Amino acid sequence: MSATEAQAPATAPTIEIEGLNKWYGAFHVLRDINLNVAERERIVICGPSGSGKSTLIRCINRLEEHQEGRIVVDGTRLTNDLKNIDAVRREVGMVFQSFNLFPHLTVLENCTLAPIWVRKTPKAEAEAVAMEYLERVKIPEQADKYPGQLSGGQQQRVAIARSLCMKPKIMLFDEPTSALDPEMIKEVLDVMVDLADTGMTMLVVTHEMGFAAQVADRVIFMDEGQIVEQNNPDDFFNNPQSDRTKLFLSQILSH
Amino acid sequence: MSDQAFHRSQAELLPERPPPTSTVGVIGWIRANLFGGALNTVLTLLSILLLYWSVPPLLDWAFFSADFTGASGSECTAEGACWAWLDQRIDQFLYGFYPQESYWRVNLAIILLFPALAFVLFDGLPYARYGRWYSLLYPVIAAILLVGGFGLEGVTTDKFGGFMLNLVAGLAGIVLSLPIGVMLALGRRSKLPIVRYLSVGFIEFIRGVPLITLLFVAIVILQLFLPPEVSLDQLVRVMIMITLFASAYMAEVIRGGLQAIPKGQFEAAQAMGLGYWQSMRLIILPQALKISIPGIVNTFIGLFKDTTLVIIIGLFDILGQARLLQTNPEWIGKVDHETFLLAALFFFVICFSISRYSIRLERRLDTNKR
Repeated sequence: MSATEAQAPATAPTIEIEGLNKWYGAFHVLRDINLNVAERERIVICGPSGSGKSTLIRCINRLEEHQEGRIVVDGTRLTNDLKNIDAVRREVGMVFQSFNLFPHLTVLENCTLAPIWVRKTPKAEAEAVAMEYLERVKIPEQADKYPGQLSGGQQQRVAIARSLCMKPKIMLFDEPTSALDPEMIKEVLDVMVDLADTGMTMLVVTHEMGFAAQVADRVIFMDEGQIVEQNNPDDFFNNPQSDRTKLFLSQILSH
Repeated sequence: MSDQAFHRSQAELLPERPPPTSTVGVIGWIRANLFGGALNTVLTLLSILLLYWSVPPLLDWAFFSADFTGASGSECTAEGACWAWLDQRIDQFLYGFYPQESYWRVNLAIILLFPALAFVLFDGLPYARYGRWYSLLYPVIAAILLVGGFGLEGVTTDKFGGFMLNLVAGLAGIVLSLPIGVMLALGRRSKLPIVRYLSVGFIEFIRGVPLITLLFVAIVILQLFLPPEVSLDQLVRVMIMITLFASAYMAEVIRGGLQAIPKGQFEAAQAMGLGYWQSMRLIILPQALKISIPGIVNTFIGLFKDTTLVIIIGLFDILGQARLLQTNPEWIGKVDHETFLLAALFFFVICFSISRYSIRLERRLDTNKR
């Protein structure tokens, strides 16, 4: 790693990744990743497509299995033990590029499903919490509609609210604005900025460099399955160290 | 294009207008759908001609020139259909050889069936919670009513017959083949190799063999493998085979539905901490089954019509009763068309109802409109 190590706070990290390696068949997608994330830290991960950034955050809630290395999330080590996996997933929320709302359930039902079935929250309480979060993402009036009736931006905000209803300690965002029409990107980013202001621990895979500059504590640049460079946003954008980072930044910031 | 046209901008948006009258209403519909072009017009006229040729003679045969009374075929002298047998024989077409004094038990079972079905098929009924328990209990109630027990006189299944037999076998098959099909479909997509191979093996074997062969196996060969003191009721064996046969097809229909669900749905469920079975039950299956409705209904209807194969164990369902009457010396040669027509009508009513219900259900479950 040629990167300048950003100084993590002294407290024990919420996410600890050590010597992580993953292969798809013979293809080596993640190569020797080491990453510690502190509580309340906001990390933006960027890099060219195929660089392994989505795979990396999908390893954190075990949507992808890793073959080598150690991942500890909130004190629980991810192994094949289903109990541990479920424990981690309860505390880690995820927002997907394609929203993945459940089309056969209303917005409100989407939000209450996991609290009711996973956390065993009483229905009335789960609905109250869901309305609170729908309020926060500014679409309480859509609660009884179905996802198919909402715009992309609204759907993604519902997806964020749905994750928050589980009261996660960590939120993962996998290119949350990449599938959106340009005029809807801002409404989703605004919600994410609000969320960052509440002190949520966030890992965001995105190409929205404005968002990175505004909220990130640390920007990580990945290429070919490796963390090439990481730094605070100021230095990352103004003073990139590696040539590949410079090339990448010139490509996405040139227009 | 001149610059002026290019820089056009509209000060006010155009108001809404109603559509032209020639495209709405009865006249609009007729113009668009019946005479919307040369070919369309020719087809419309041909269809009218065909109906003119076929419907009046059919009505004439079935009703206007038909005989409705008489004790035997020889008394049917009119040119049209002979319906005289209905009066004496309709009971056999409905109940087979079920003891006459116990017809009320069959009737009661059928009357009780309606609420049991309603609670499963329709939403928003009062007392739905208790109703569903009743629906779950209904098969037991029906079985007791039909075969006896609890103070009711026993009736052996070889007395079953007529359309009631088709209904019993068909409903049992429909109710059981769906859950079995779901399990087989999930099994076929399982990550566990043993579960997967067993499911694939079962599905491919059952689908690869004609149903009638399976029925012969169930009746003749199965007994060779069972201890002599165990004797499974013949009707039960046939019902099991028809059900398993339908399940294999059902599994493939549902597998198609499962494959249509994006992987992201399962990932989202997992990411929220739902387990495999919860994800399946709450997220994947509701969507997959909805997509599969046309195929599922297809299988149901096929299964229902396959119940006529009970004839190979010597039971006379409604089709068997038709054949029986056709060879009866008193009616021979007089009732061939009429009896088949009646049997066809009974099947059509049930199958068409299933089909209409499924269309209704598809509309209700469509969450993209509304």
